Amino acid sequence: MQVGLEHYLVVSFLLFALGLLGVVMRRNLLVIYMSLELMLNAANLALVSFSRFNDKLDGQVLVFFIITVAAAEVAVGLALIVALYRKRQTAHVEDLTSMKL
Amino acid sequence: MEAINNLLGGSAVPDVLFYVFAALTLLCGVLVVANPFSRNPVTSAMFLVLTIISMAGLFVLLHAFFLAAVQIIVYAGAVIVLFLFVIMLLDLKEEQRRKIKMFGFVGGLVSVGAIVVISLKALGTTNPGANLPAPQLEGGTNALGQLLFKQYVLPFEVVSVLLLVAMVGVILLSKKDLK
Repeated sequence: MQVGLEHYLVVSFLLFALGLLGVVMRRNLLVIYMSLELMLNAANLALVSFSRFNDKLDGQVLVFFIITVAAAEVAVGLALIVALYRKRQTAHVEDLTSMKL
Repeated sequence: MEAINNLLGGSAVPDVLFYVFAALTLLCGVLVVANPFSRNPVTSAMFLVLTIISMAGLFVLLHAFFLAAVQIIVYAGAVIVLFLFVIMLLDLKEEQRRKIKMFGFVGGLVSVGAIVVISLKALGTTNPGANLPAPQLEGGTNALGQLLFKQYVLPFEVVSVLLLVAMVGVILLSKKDLK
């Protein structure tokens, strides 16, 4: 069977699900951030495959922007994690409960 | 580029390569999220590199050559180095002692499984790739640059402002006495 759009979309779905599972399951802020990157990458894969199979380059331009925004997001997020670690000496979500009622 | 195009020209080779890269991407993705042997964030980061590189392989199979290069340079180069630096700054020895809670594991698995089933069902009923002609698109640097600097000039400039804002924010956040 010829590899088509569906195959790439299935891979993209599964990768997104993996990232989501990581965000739900893991308790380390850094690993949660890596899972977020996985989810962004899954979206990128879906966009590139849609772009390829619809013969339009616009999807790839969007992926270019997503990569830029993801890089900015990682920089800000990791700076936040470092600032948080300086204050609370932990990178674990279960220890960060000061907003709990 | 010519060699890649020749390699991708045949019908059987790209299909086999797709399965290889897809399996590698998913396997390494699993090892990022739930590695049964090590809970160390450094291991997760290393498998994230492998995931990203095999995904760049998928991009090459989709003829998105420029994005494959950007993926490797920006993600595997810059983002992962940033992750590793932060892991180095923090003391994360504690992580290995903590158990994953059973409730979180089962609940996460059930909800994520439900989402996967729903999206696969949606894919099966809509079948978006059914009536499409054979793809001709080439995502080379030239074509992408033409589009980026003609039609998408304004978003491009806005993104540069966004990067500036992120840079200022990061510098402010990493000051010693945060006010």
